[in-house]
Formats: sequence, structure tokens, C-alpha cells
Amino acid sequence: MEQRTALYAEHLALGARMVPFGGWDMPLHYGSQLEEHRAVRRAAGVFDVSHMLAVDVRGAGAGPYLRRLLANDVARLRTPGKALYSCMLNPAGGVIDDLIVYFLADDAFRVVVNAGTAPKDLDWMTAQTGGVDVHLSPRRDLAMLAVQGPAARAAVLPLLDGALRDRAAALAPFVALADGDRLVARTGYTGEDGFELTLPNDAVVSLWRALLAAGVRPCGLGARDTLRLEAGMSLYGQDMDESVSPLESGLAWTVALDPPDRDFVGRAALESLRARGDLRRFVGLLLEDKGVLRAHQKVFAGDREIGEITSGGYAPTLDRSIALARVAGGVGDRCTVEVRGRRLAATVVKPPFARHGQALVGL
Amino acid sequence: MSTVPSELKYVKTHEWIRDEGGGVVTVGITDHAQKLLGDLVFVELPEVGSQIQAESECAVVESVKAASDVYSPVTGEIIAVNADLADAPETINEDPYESGWLFKVQLADPEEYERLMDADAYIQLCAAENE
Repeated sequence: MEQRTALYAEHLALGARMVPFGGWDMPLHYGSQLEEHRAVRRAAGVFDVSHMLAVDVRGAGAGPYLRRLLANDVARLRTPGKALYSCMLNPAGGVIDDLIVYFLADDAFRVVVNAGTAPKDLDWMTAQTGGVDVHLSPRRDLAMLAVQGPAARAAVLPLLDGALRDRAAALAPFVALADGDRLVARTGYTGEDGFELTLPNDAVVSLWRALLAAGVRPCGLGARDTLRLEAGMSLYGQDMDESVSPLESGLAWTVALDPPDRDFVGRAALESLRARGDLRRFVGLLLEDKGVLRAHQKVFAGDREIGEITSGGYAPTLDRSIALARVAGGVGDRCTVEVRGRRLAATVVKPPFARHGQALVGL
Repeated sequence: MSTVPSELKYVKTHEWIRDEGGGVVTVGITDHAQKLLGDLVFVELPEVGSQIQAESECAVVESVKAASDVYSPVTGEIIAVNADLADAPETINEDPYESGWLFKVQLADPEEYERLMDADAYIQLCAAENE
């Protein structure tokens, strides 16, 4: 039996097509994934992301604990509310999960992890607490909404309480503000502006309905996937997992090797991988022909197989198929992909493909 | 609920077949099938003049979600394909039984059409699949 978010009945009432995802019964779309995608690029859409798990990390040792647990460095967070994207690695440098960590106070952080990995994440995080003054609280009492698109903030702000509204309006990108159990963060997973809102489960239905009444379109996991793919954002379990390091997943920018004396889990493995060299590259592909790139299709340079697609699909903003792929070092500007028994030509590009409503790659 | 026009015939792989007279039939995918697939973004059709066999793969429809084979419901020769779908695959979502048709076949055996499933049987098949 899949778990259900506090909005389950709302999804059914809207005619959502529900699918199992990470142990949860979630909306794939509410009629048309393409229209939902376009609504987020052009106006505003809302996603129920309550399947993701917020974990409060508190105590005098919270900062040092996270500096050891995460590949990115929470010491970079100096202003309360600031958010950081990071991988959590195993000792071999493989990715246990990717997550967002919010710095709330010197002794208070919040980590938001993926739904499917939440149980193993919690086990791992708990196992790493030994001897440290830190307390972990998984917050299944909280719901999360992602409201995304150029019109998203204007739709959300009038629905917030007076004092919170003014502070939320002033939030810079990648910064959050906390108000009791509510968190308003100017973050997202679509390549558009917007907010991610955390609030108690018993308050989420009224906010959801108010957003819909304000013209925000309900959007499912399908559009969330094509939006993040266009934005060049990685999806855990698809673009990276425990068998591959962030250095070969387009996530080297999230690994803080400075200061050199910060001993985070996986550091030694990453350093030896780097020293060995010959790392695979994580690239974007733009299909030149008609067709659709999909995960696990093989990528070729001439006759040589050089890697495979990790995420692929149709990009509505480009009206073209795009993909993320992990390939051998020497890849050039072009390659071919084996699509249903045929080799189709693709251009190698640097993601993102589209953000803020605009295509970012030449067609 | 999906639309199932009573004047058409159907097969269990969710294609519909319309009798155009003279041993010619038009083939498409059903409303039920397009709903399951989601938004269509790419269609690959057989070549005009090619021979197709009943129950064998002869076209591909790809949605935002996945690629799906289209099985020929009949045996014969492809005499026309819906070229408009190349630039507008979403036509299949919008109008699966009319402007979203896939291809036309000159039947090898004109009697074959009569042996296909009728609308009532197809409705029962879809209902059984949903259980």
C-alpha cells in the first residue's frame, strides 16, 4: 500500500492520474503533462511535493555534524535562511541522496531529502550522529508545495499572513524564512522563479485550494520531470545513485573540497578518483532528428560506445528531444544515440537547456 | 470514461479499425489507449506500399512517458499514412478517431474486418483491464 499525502483527496477530485513514486501514490498529471509544463514556463503551477521528507537537525553539534555528513559545506551558509544543495555520499564517494539543507540558526538546520530514499537516508544520518550533540526529527507532520513559474510569487504572496508576506516578498533566490512550522523558500526544481512552501498537513488543503482559485495550475510529477530535465537538474536514482560519484554526475560544483581539512564522508574516495583522472563527463544531448531520447539508450562516437543516457525525453520548450548522458572523456561536439534500433544524430551541449521560459541552446 | 464509437471494430492491443468500403480500412489507436499513454510527442508510421501482418508491430507512438508499439490489427498493404501527425502528434490525443488516424490498409482478405471485435466487446475488455 502506497503512502498518501494530505492532498490525496484533492488530487483525485481533480481527476489526477495517480502513480506509485518512491513509496507514495502521487499525481502524474491532471489531464495534460504538456500543458502543465507550459503553465510553469509561462505563468504558474503548483506541485504537491509532500512525499519528500523534511528532517530537522538540531543541537550544538548540528553544524559540525552536517559538515562531516555532506559533500557541500554548510559553513558557506552564513545568513539564516540560506539554502544549499548537496550530495550525501557513502565512503566510496557514491551518492546516497541529493538534498537541500536550510540554515535556520547556528544550532538548527533543516534537510529535505527524496521520498524513495528517505528511510535509508534517515538510517544513514542516524548512524553518523555517534558522539555528536545533534538530534534528528523527521517531520512527516509537514506538507510541502512547490509553486513555480514567472507568476508564482505574485500568486503566493497575497495568501501569506501580513508580516510573513512582506518578508517573503523580500526573499532573495535560494533563501528561506521560517515562521514556526512554516517555511517559505525561494527555491525550486523547474528552472523558474517561485517558492517552496512547508506547512502543517492540516493547513495545506486550504492553501492548495486558494492557489488554484488564484489561477495556479496543479501540476504532476510528469511535468516536474520534463521541467527539471530542461533546467539541467539531476534526478536521484536516474542521473546518479550510490554507484557513481558526483564528479561524474554533473555535480562537481556541489562538492566543497575547500577547506582541505574538512573531512566529509566520501572525501578520500573523491580525491583518489580525481587523482586517477579519466573521469566520465556528464553532458547534455540535443537530438537533431525526430524521435525521443530515453534513459539507458547507448551513446556512440563513431562506432565506439562511449556511454549512456541517464535521463531523456521530449522538451516542450524546445519542441525537441533532449537528454542528460554520462560519457567517456573525449566526446566531441556531436554523437549518435541508438534509439529503437537506429542511430540518430545528437549535438553535445552544456545543460541547462531552458530556464525562465527561454531555450538556452541553439536549435 | 473513454469514448468507444459503436460503428468501429477493435483489437485487444487498443487499435480501432474503420471500414472504408472496397476492402480498405483505416486504423488508429483508441481513446482509452491515448489516455493511458498521455501527451503524444512523436509518431513513426509505416511506409506506403509496405506489407503488414496482423498482430505484428508496424508503427510507434511515443508519449511524454514512454514509447509504445502499434500493432497492425489486419493483414494487407499500407496505402496511405497520416503525414500530418509528424508535426502534430497531439492530434491523436485531441481526436483519436478522426483526424488522429494512423494509416489505411488494403486488406489481403476483405472478410478479415468482420471477424474483429465490436465496440461492446472492446468496452468489456477495457473494463476488465481497469479491475
